[in-house]
Amino acid sequence: MEQEYFHSVTLDKGRCKGCTNCIKHCPTEAIRVRSGKAVIIKERCIDCGVCIRVCPYHAKQAVTDPVDMIKNYSYRIALPAPSLYGQFGPGYSRERIVLALKHYGFDYVFEVARAAEIVSNASEKYMKNGVVKKPVISSACPAVVRFIQIRFPNLIDNLLKIEAPMEVAAAIARKEVHEKYGIPDDKMGVFFISPCAAKVTSVKVPLGNQKSKVDGVLSMKDIFLPLLDIMKKQGEVTKEPFSLSSAIGVAWAASGGESDAVREGRRIAVHGIHNVNDILEQAVQGGLDNIDFIEALACPEGCLGGPLAVENPFIAKVNLKYEIEKIRQNQAHRVPRTENADEFVWKSKVEYKPIMKLDDDMMKALEKMQKIDEITEGLYGLDCGACGAPSCRALAEDIVMGSAKETDCIFKLREKVSSIATQLQQIE
Amino acid sequence: MGTVVRDYMIPANDFTVAGEASSRVRKILTQLGVSPDIVKRTSIAMYEAEINAVIHGNGGNAHVEIDENKIYIRISDEGPGIPDLELAMQEGYSTAPDSIREMGFGAGMGLSNIKKNADILDIQTEVNKGTTVNITVFFNRP
Repeated sequence: MEQEYFHSVTLDKGRCKGCTNCIKHCPTEAIRVRSGKAVIIKERCIDCGVCIRVCPYHAKQAVTDPVDMIKNYSYRIALPAPSLYGQFGPGYSRERIVLALKHYGFDYVFEVARAAEIVSNASEKYMKNGVVKKPVISSACPAVVRFIQIRFPNLIDNLLKIEAPMEVAAAIARKEVHEKYGIPDDKMGVFFISPCAAKVTSVKVPLGNQKSKVDGVLSMKDIFLPLLDIMKKQGEVTKEPFSLSSAIGVAWAASGGESDAVREGRRIAVHGIHNVNDILEQAVQGGLDNIDFIEALACPEGCLGGPLAVENPFIAKVNLKYEIEKIRQNQAHRVPRTENADEFVWKSKVEYKPIMKLDDDMMKALEKMQKIDEITEGLYGLDCGACGAPSCRALAEDIVMGSAKETDCIFKLREKVSSIATQLQQIE
Repeated sequence: MGTVVRDYMIPANDFTVAGEASSRVRKILTQLGVSPDIVKRTSIAMYEAEINAVIHGNGGNAHVEIDENKIYIRISDEGPGIPDLELAMQEGYSTAPDSIREMGFGAGMGLSNIKKNADILDIQTEVNKGTTVNITVFFNRP
């Protein structure tokens, strides 16, 4: 799919009632209601999934790959996000979940948690070398990276220029499978088991590197029940636990996990896209010069709160915590932190997308801004959203940019109708 | 000629809204297509001046004018004024009380930071009358 603005987040028109919930919550004002249905402005959408969460009619959806897609490949590799371990509850250990994935049809399972540890190592190294711009902002959350691209161009240089754990996992898994079993690259299908809509977009339209090493992104929602079924049939795992990632990587699933793993300096862990916005606002004004690292995750409670996760994020957090404690008591199974991360440094640049710009010509932009000011002044300032824009100011912008008219405002329409009525009376 | 004008209130000692005006101005400049570097310099200079008015000046107001060549910002307060402006301009010099420093402000970098980021900085101050900070940033600096 070769589109610059492909998005995982889409609208089911049939379900949309044209209410104001999504337009009011979208952090980039990327949604309008037109002719009674929501419309997503593609250039602005960052796939954060807020609209999926707030839509009472479930009209907003994240498009993921169908689970049957794995059948297209003769050798199938699963990359479970660490948040998967928080979905099932007590008794469903990580070992059990990983075995279930194999039973489900995957030949090889590579935990994204392991890749997360490698990224953590690289982050530490990256921050120690001293030439980086502080605060370093994690690039693990694709929605946050896109948010920075359109809203905070000054912070692009602060982004951690290391690929996200999913990509790192895909690269290492491919290598391992090739080395161990001699499977050629084109026979392998690599699938990320995702709580996240933005990751789908990352695979179809990668950020830093040119082509993703992931072939498909499967929703945790789609695979949850089949896995649960398998685990129930298999019963408890009685074998000795096999080598899995350490607690550090697993903890990445929740807010604070990544920043705890980077043991360098003063670190902030912020989650929820609106909270992220507040922190980035401060960072851009130089107000966070005493902070070394910012872990910023678009979803509440981090990836556990992803729109494709099944369990409530607070409950999932308890499940995960239990799993982490178990791993910590069992240090023998800790994977040594040796892998080299230099090859995972971004090769291409993340660019500023000036999509908020009113006009390429500064003079024209100024004129438009003045017109927007004038129109906003004439509106009622209720920010009711009935016009389909998230605020009166946004409506004024739409009017000036040619995608709306003043009478889309019901109060303006009422004014106009009553003035016509007066004129009619005067004719009599 | 197109000029965009904005006026903002800066409330006294209210850190929850400190920085709001400079944040809004940042958004406007971005919409106007001003380059990110200039936006950043403007934003930092204005933020520092705004914070100064909050901490030292009992609040005040910000007046902003933007045309196609430059942004002019005037932040005025009716606070105690600056007795020795030259001293105040020095990096690290601060009269902020400990309570303010504990909040991470008042490191004595404010005025020098403004100077560093503004193309023209003009400060008018009178003891017991107040302070006006005039900041100009050009969009196409040679």
